[in-house]
Amino acid sequence: MTTVEPAVHRRLAELAERRIELGETRGLPAADPVNLPMIRHWAEAMGDTNPAYTDEEFAAAGPHGEIVAPPAMIQVWTMPGRGGGRPAPTPIDDVLAALDEAGFTGVVATDCRQTYHRYLRLGERPVPGTRLSGMTGPKTTALGLGYFVTWVITWYVADEPVAEMMFRVLKFRPPERGPAAAARDPYPLRPAVGRDTAFFWEGVRQGELRIQKCAGCGTLRHPPGPVCPSCRSTERAHVVASGRGEVFSYVVHHAPPVPGLATPFVVAVVQLPEGVRIVGNVVECEPAKVEIGMPVRVTFREMDDEFVLPVWSPAES
Amino acid sequence: MYSLSGRTAIAGIGATEFSKDSGRSELRLAADAVFAALDDAGVAPAEVDGLVTFTQDANDEIAVARETGIGELTFFSRVPYGGGAACGTVLQAAMAVATGAASTVVCYRAFNERSGSRFGRPSTGLGAEPSSLGAEMSWHVPHGLVTPAAWVAMVARRYMHAYGATSEDFGRVAVAMRRHAATNPAAWFHGRPITLEEHQRSRWIVEPLHLLDCCQESDGAVALVVTSAERARDLRHRPAVVTGAVQGSGAGQMMMTGFYRGDMTGLPEMGVVARGLWEMSGLAPADVQTAILYDHFTPFVLLQLEELGFCARGEARDLVAGGGIELDGGLPVNPHGGQLGEAYIHGMNGIAEAVRQIRGTAANQVTGVHNVLVTAGTGVPTSALVLSTP
Repeated sequence: MTTVEPAVHRRLAELAERRIELGETRGLPAADPVNLPMIRHWAEAMGDTNPAYTDEEFAAAGPHGEIVAPPAMIQVWTMPGRGGGRPAPTPIDDVLAALDEAGFTGVVATDCRQTYHRYLRLGERPVPGTRLSGMTGPKTTALGLGYFVTWVITWYVADEPVAEMMFRVLKFRPPERGPAAAARDPYPLRPAVGRDTAFFWEGVRQGELRIQKCAGCGTLRHPPGPVCPSCRSTERAHVVASGRGEVFSYVVHHAPPVPGLATPFVVAVVQLPEGVRIVGNVVECEPAKVEIGMPVRVTFREMDDEFVLPVWSPAES
Repeated sequence: MYSLSGRTAIAGIGATEFSKDSGRSELRLAADAVFAALDDAGVAPAEVDGLVTFTQDANDEIAVARETGIGELTFFSRVPYGGGAACGTVLQAAMAVATGAASTVVCYRAFNERSGSRFGRPSTGLGAEPSSLGAEMSWHVPHGLVTPAAWVAMVARRYMHAYGATSEDFGRVAVAMRRHAATNPAAWFHGRPITLEEHQRSRWIVEPLHLLDCCQESDGAVALVVTSAERARDLRHRPAVVTGAVQGSGAGQMMMTGFYRGDMTGLPEMGVVARGLWEMSGLAPADVQTAILYDHFTPFVLLQLEELGFCARGEARDLVAGGGIELDGGLPVNPHGGQLGEAYIHGMNGIAEAVRQIRGTAANQVTGVHNVLVTAGTGVPTSALVLSTP
């Protein structure tokens, strides 16, 4: 599915609006006051050897005059434990639950930015306050259609803000399992890759369309081979194609069924401005709209967890 | 200069019935066809000392020799590249006979191509460190370009674009072949002609090809007996003299996927063959009374007419639309119905038809036949013959 039903979008947007208006909700204070044992474990785990965090004498002589906690630990103090009771409700909960319900079950963190106002000292007990700052979408992303949800947590000691964190996630609808990507089954139409062709498939994995170039005479050649037929050089190099091309010929495959591909599908011979031709599928275009001379642009499609294939989409001329 | 032309002849032809399910092994089919050809020629198995087949054939020469009592062999050879091998088997046999490597050579092709392993099915199996063919296929298989129909369709589309040919132009070839098959009792489609409307209504296989642009799949076998022209004169039938026999591969040749060379509107390998054939035979297109053109897919019949010089580039559709390839046309093509109408035995049944046309015994006999042109599979390295009356 590539769009959100208008009613669903309206409900989500209204809910987010109300939660933003709610402003900040205070959570429970840190379960334990800022303490040396937790600082020591964290610093060791992180490889942070700054004695200002763990050496009483050193700290006493330093600018703070006492031990302080590493600022990046701020989330640690108030993070709910795995076995603990229910965390305090925040304005984010309802919004994330509503997105789950609407099918946006995928989640990936996209941004996290922390700001520190001052160091925490031993014995202090920070209290988090959480507010929803925004929800944007629906957006089409590589992962699927989704909404970006952003919130801000401010940590207070008494009523003094000591640190802030902006956190953003993408909640997305995992793409429906198409025939080409069913449960990431291995794509059955694998090329045989050998010494003479590995450079091409390595390039594809890196998002490059590589054309073999003779290091001897500079001739470009596709499909590639081990020897330059022009100058007999076996020194093989490559250039990266611009990614532009033009449909030189094409077919629409209807029958028989081809494993790994849903019919009908389009295969084209694409003429590259670099002077060589290459075969590939034309995607994101109705088969009936494909025509000879149509400008296309290469993109790279993951066919399974390992195999990437260059495919061609319509481009502006 | 030494020439192969006129030194050898096809003295015997044999075939099994053409079916969709032969009900017997491919080796049995091969043996049946070899016996039929030897009996047709009036040659005993023990007189045969050479065998030639396709690299794609599943029946080893020694196995065929064992089953048929052929005994000792002094020459055995295979021709690669799928259906492009057909006339090449006769070239190999003729060279063996002309050089004395053998005296009597049988060419054969036997398969259960319909009930067994079907060529029309996607071929997707590729190895790790590839053979050169595997490497070639690897530029096409990952994109689902995996069937002969699709490979031909790619060239056909460009040809249509270049010359304004249409699906109906291809359809007229299918209609003519089925009309010829309708009056050939050996044809699978005997008594079953089609109309252009039926062609247009048939389902898409790979656009721009409809189902009725694609030849059938068949079970069956064909065998041919090649010997010296001199000896052939003493055998049972009028010899079909091998006036021209040529193989050819184009520059930048690939297997059905010649998408990287030239303007993609011709069949360069058939151009190579045409030059050699006219030179060796000393003939010109006008000297041929009927042509057996390899019709695995209709578009390539048009392209062959152009490569062989029967018309100019882009004008084959006019030749066909004007009835030129019909039985009463200027160049009757595939009077037996071709592979679209009679059977798909990888082009070998077409060579047998050419021999019948020379003998004057064909179901749809063309009058006044002196020279018959026969071609093999195109889009791949190919071959062709001119067979002539003595």
